[in-house]
Amino acid sequence: MSKYYLNYLDELESEAIYVLREVWAQFQNPVILFSGGKDSILVAHLAKKAFYPAKIPFPLMHVDTGHNFPETIQFRDDTLKELGVNLIVGSVQEAIDDGRVAEEKGKNATRNSLQITTLLDAIEANKVDCAIGGGRRDEEKARAKERFFSHRDDFGQWDPKNQRPELWNLFNGKHFEGEHFRAFPISNWTEMDVWNYICRENIAIPSLYYAHEREVVWRSDSWIPNSEFLKLEDGEEIVTKKIRFRTLGDITITGGIESDADTLEKIAEEVSGMRQTERGNRTDDKRSESAMEDRKRQGYF
Amino acid sequence: MELNNNQLLRFTTAGSVDDGKSTLIGRLLYDSKSIFEDQLEAIESTSQKKGHEGVDLALFTDGLKDEREQGITIDVAYRYFTTPKRKFIIADTPGHIQYTRNMVTGASTANAAIILVDARHGVIEQTKRHAFIASLLQIPHLVVCINKMDLVDFKEEVYNKIVKQFQDFSSKLLVQDVRFIPISALLGDNVVNRSENMAWYNGAPMLHTLETIHISSDFNSVDARFPVQTVLRPQRDGFIDYRGYAGRISSGIFRPGDEVTVMPSGFTSKIKTVEGPKGELDEAYAPMSISMTLEDDIDIGRGDMIVRSNNKPEPAQDLEVMLCWLNNAPARPRAKYTVRHTTNEQTAMIKEILYKIDIETLGRNLEDKELGMNDICKVKIRTTKPLMIDSYRENRATGSLILVDETTNETVAAGMIVQ
Repeated sequence: MSKYYLNYLDELESEAIYVLREVWAQFQNPVILFSGGKDSILVAHLAKKAFYPAKIPFPLMHVDTGHNFPETIQFRDDTLKELGVNLIVGSVQEAIDDGRVAEEKGKNATRNSLQITTLLDAIEANKVDCAIGGGRRDEEKARAKERFFSHRDDFGQWDPKNQRPELWNLFNGKHFEGEHFRAFPISNWTEMDVWNYICRENIAIPSLYYAHEREVVWRSDSWIPNSEFLKLEDGEEIVTKKIRFRTLGDITITGGIESDADTLEKIAEEVSGMRQTERGNRTDDKRSESAMEDRKRQGYF
Repeated sequence: MELNNNQLLRFTTAGSVDDGKSTLIGRLLYDSKSIFEDQLEAIESTSQKKGHEGVDLALFTDGLKDEREQGITIDVAYRYFTTPKRKFIIADTPGHIQYTRNMVTGASTANAAIILVDARHGVIEQTKRHAFIASLLQIPHLVVCINKMDLVDFKEEVYNKIVKQFQDFSSKLLVQDVRFIPISALLGDNVVNRSENMAWYNGAPMLHTLETIHISSDFNSVDARFPVQTVLRPQRDGFIDYRGYAGRISSGIFRPGDEVTVMPSGFTSKIKTVEGPKGELDEAYAPMSISMTLEDDIDIGRGDMIVRSNNKPEPAQDLEVMLCWLNNAPARPRAKYTVRHTTNEQTAMIKEILYKIDIETLGRNLEDKELGMNDICKVKIRTTKPLMIDSYRENRATGSLILVDETTNETVAAGMIVQ
């Protein structure tokens, strides 16, 4: 066999770097959407490589729901320092205080869908013409139809039935004033690819992904962390468990799994044996069969 | 965890709604243990709701709300699975509406195409269309799966007859590698596991075929082409005079010390350093993303192409192109479009439509020269400035282009350069 071929992780890495450079070349004012979760950390890591020895030539943007894990915010700030880039914060709390959006009511209330308004406001206020996200096509059935360069109309909406065809590596980012794009450099990565790559590159990730002792309560088939936002229901009880998180979202809705995986190698090994999808522990995706598609149409990540 | 040298294989699946394409993909994912328990539970409950017997694996590929409601596929969907031998990306293209547009999209990056034939019907017009598009897009490997063998009692004669039909037709096409596999996607015969019902078949099952197709020589390793995406100028300590040309190698191999020419300016220099994602390299090849520095200070920007001095592409303003139209609004003769070729962008005009491919007969239609949605025509294009081209047959990356409508910003056509 010829020695001139790339293994799959190297090919995915080169593809993502190509997409990031293409964004920089085709847009005036891009940002990387950064949540402090593993996928956005990966995108930032790849962007660092794409522009080395220059710094990443655009800022990170964080849509802050106010319902964060404290560890995530600390990690975000450390990352900024390390990369030497600026941060734009869109605050869901401010949007609530200003009356732009109303807090959900009821037992399973979350701020998940409230992020849409804040995200679109922040994009408009900062004249962002391309928001780079860590979305992956293997995550969910609506995401499976996403382009690398995904067009949004002047209301920030996605029209899955009328997407631009994307051929070869020729991405078309042309747009009119007021419209913007979402770009997804790691479209073709699976959860396993992400972990294998993080492991290979030894990328720093928040301690929440590693097994640790934490106060939790059993709810909706997973361990929901104790926090100032948690209201105990009848029959629920706070216990201390050794857990870790497979994905990171709001502290109010992100369920942990019992685990002893305390190194990247152990995490990758654990994930490879998982028989449930990673979003199975996210109550935001359990709402209906088209929960993600509906949010995406409105302008979600 | 193993960090291995497994390759990535991208393939597209072509078949009409009734050929069992969704069932095949579902079967492939299910038997290769790529379906998670919660996904399987969701499919089981939907199968029950719809009154299907057992688990309908086709439901796994259902996507958007409209698609589930109408039982159709609207757009290309990408699916992923991994075996101990390879990682796979499936471009799952719909079989009916906007057929050509979607298959061309899926085919553009594919190493292999799976073409499904219903064993009861044999090679039909649609099969020919699929094979034609696969050859037009120069997909290196075709795997023709003769499906629903269970409905023809797993008979070898049926299989042989269809193979013969296909070969008679495909001899007219430019396909390098065609393989045939008799399968039953519904029952799993020869998909992942070898069929017990077809002992007469000596070849490999489909998955094994996909795992072992030799793909590393599919890339053009001869013609060194490096389209510049952007220039890296750090302007910080230690890198004050640094100018790195960043991009993804389209084809060929580059090494420090190579004599290179910058197109279209024609300036020559030598490669000083080549840097990949892991640091400096002795050599770099397609499809690596790299940055390179040159010995001389030359004015180079996005859209320029760095090539080896002894092997240059042809600068051309007048091109003959096989154009596939992708937009509801038909081509406007002599109207201006933006052409994107590698990282280069120019204004272009469709000067003449030479002929249209009759997708039913695959003959040339010299009378009907309307270029509308899903039509494939050979056209003459003129650009305002030269593009650095190779023919698509020799180089998929530097032989392909898209047209963008300047009034809507939409991608309206995909082109394969003939010369």
